[in-house]
Amino acid sequence: MALPIYASTGERIWYYTFRVICALIFIFLITPILIIIPLSFNAQPYFSITEGMLRLDPEAYSLRWYADIFRNGMAAPDATEGWWADMWANAQWVRAMKNSFVIGFFATLLATGFGTLAAIGLSRSEMPYRGLIMSILISPMIVPLVITAAGMFYFYSQIGLSQTKFGVILAHAALGTPFVIITVTATLVGFDKSLVRAAASMGADPVRTFFKIQMPLILPGVISGGLFAFITSFDEVVAVLFLASPEDRTIPRQMFSGIREQISPTILAVATILVIISIGLLTMVEILRRRSERMRGLTPS
Amino acid sequence: MADMTALDSGVMMAADGTPLKKKLKQALFLSRVRAFALVAPLLLFILASFIVPIVMLLWQGVHNDTYTKNMPLSAKALYEWDGQSDPTESMAEALVADLVVARDNKTIGRVATRVNREYSGTRSLFTKSARSAAKMEAPFLEALIDKDKDWADIEVWKAMKIASKSYTPAFYAAAVDMTYNADGSFERVEEQGRIYVKLFLRTFMVSLVVTLACFVLGFPVAYLLSTLPMRTSNLLMILVLLPFWTSLLVRTTAWIAMLQSQGILNNIFVAVGITSDDARFSLIYNMTGTLIAMTHILLPFMILPLYSVMRGISPSYVRAAKSLGATNWTAFWRVYFPATIPGIGAGALLVFILSIGYYITPALVGGQNGTLISNFIADHMQKTLNWSLAAALGGLLLASVLILYWIYDKVVGIDNMKLG
Repeated sequence: MALPIYASTGERIWYYTFRVICALIFIFLITPILIIIPLSFNAQPYFSITEGMLRLDPEAYSLRWYADIFRNGMAAPDATEGWWADMWANAQWVRAMKNSFVIGFFATLLATGFGTLAAIGLSRSEMPYRGLIMSILISPMIVPLVITAAGMFYFYSQIGLSQTKFGVILAHAALGTPFVIITVTATLVGFDKSLVRAAASMGADPVRTFFKIQMPLILPGVISGGLFAFITSFDEVVAVLFLASPEDRTIPRQMFSGIREQISPTILAVATILVIISIGLLTMVEILRRRSERMRGLTPS
Repeated sequence: MADMTALDSGVMMAADGTPLKKKLKQALFLSRVRAFALVAPLLLFILASFIVPIVMLLWQGVHNDTYTKNMPLSAKALYEWDGQSDPTESMAEALVADLVVARDNKTIGRVATRVNREYSGTRSLFTKSARSAAKMEAPFLEALIDKDKDWADIEVWKAMKIASKSYTPAFYAAAVDMTYNADGSFERVEEQGRIYVKLFLRTFMVSLVVTLACFVLGFPVAYLLSTLPMRTSNLLMILVLLPFWTSLLVRTTAWIAMLQSQGILNNIFVAVGITSDDARFSLIYNMTGTLIAMTHILLPFMILPLYSVMRGISPSYVRAAKSLGATNWTAFWRVYFPATIPGIGAGALLVFILSIGYYITPALVGGQNGTLISNFIADHMQKTLNWSLAAALGGLLLASVLILYWIYDKVVGIDNMKLG
């Protein structure tokens, strides 16, 4: 929407004011995320930009908080021998990272497997009670997390699942499925049903049709649904607060207690790493979306 | 089927001799079963791991059998008591017998806590009396009063009568700042004890303010993005999507760094001269911090649905309005704005639903007066261990969310939910 040549002075003023307003809102959106990156290189244990940093004094910057990610919790952080094994076994953040990835991986697997099947079923026109079932399956996204987590805590502790990794994986899988269903359903909307009929008419059985025809076409949607499920688990902290034992702490859980108890810039270093991970995931989802649109013969937007 | 046999000769038959209509019905039934079979695994999984736990928790809000289970004789005696007259000897006898058993089974602590919730200050009365209950002899009522004169207080017995009901509205009453009396009546708790209604109202207010703020900030951005050329708008979209994909904890941490009294914003204010060094604004660990951080976190949920609706509005509508003599404002307000209402509805409902159950951000940056109902539910689950009250509060919160969810389904349709 470029400014037309015949625009009046008032229109011109409004045009530029509007852009300034939008720029301010964009600044509001992005500044908090960008600001933590320089803060994480602070040599001082403060959550603020020091004068030295403004002068670009190299002394004011350091990687000590990144080193602290690996050293915090180690039995002998200054030992030369067995440093790696010690870090891998004892460092708090490293353990949290391992837990996050293990829980995220299995939760994603469960959520994507069940979710994709269900989305295929739900997108069939002959599906009975479609609306009701859909609203039940989406509800984990809507129900306040505290209620979900409290309910699971209550129920899982009666069947011996609380304080285990498996309990957290089940909880995260349940929380991730709505995202898989939404993304895969959106991909299936553009799926040409006659392709399935064509395959069947040429003698392919339903299983073969699914793996050879349908799956490759909806794969981008399935993968981005999986990424959504993974980030949901990777970012989730309430269920972990209620269900996980101290050894099963994930990264967000570790950050939560870090913010509450001993606030140190190590959290900012971890946050910076997480921002980089989310940039990676965002890029992947975007590439997949374009690929899926190309495959379905739409011009990628 | 009946009329088909009547028209036997005129019915189309399949190769195996069954009527075609019947055959079609079978095929349709089979395909329905097949579609359902695809959904069934997930449905079972969600029911078992998600729905059942929540229902079991909510059940605790109306059903608490701590007293009945551990003090069966006393519960029976209390059931027969009218709740008005003086406690009788048979009630005391049943109580002493139960106290002996409860002490042996080590359940007396739970019973004492349960009664203490109805009438505070009675916890030690129970544990103390249970210790010497085995040595008590008839008449038991006098023996109890002899041990502790509080047993002469009829309020203690009334509290026990309330606790002895397994199915009770007491917790839901407590969740709306009412007390449930032994005679079945309700009354409001005293002024300084009323916290939950205030808390619910505060939660609704916060959600409303956050939704409004998201709308005010989201509408211009979505409008700009939808009118710019695709290439530019996709680039700017990154600024919306990156916060959306960034961890909640990261964003909350970032706001702490921005807003705390030695934080970046306050340092800028001091440097520019808006405030002096010893009068820094307190922007975090209070309501302001909660509002700012929640608005930032939920803003993408408003922008994305608004954007997708605005993309679909043809620019020729506004041009047509202007060519018919409408001013810029009229063209916007009468033509463009009404067309964006589906997007506003979708975004606003989503933001409201998400913010009403918010827990993490208020817990971290809310301080004393920025906490919401979710934080109290978590506290009752984890600290005070009053699960029944947590369930009652959760039940009320869940009910309001489900009503909004139902409205969302009617207005927007769950199928139309989009991500990114």
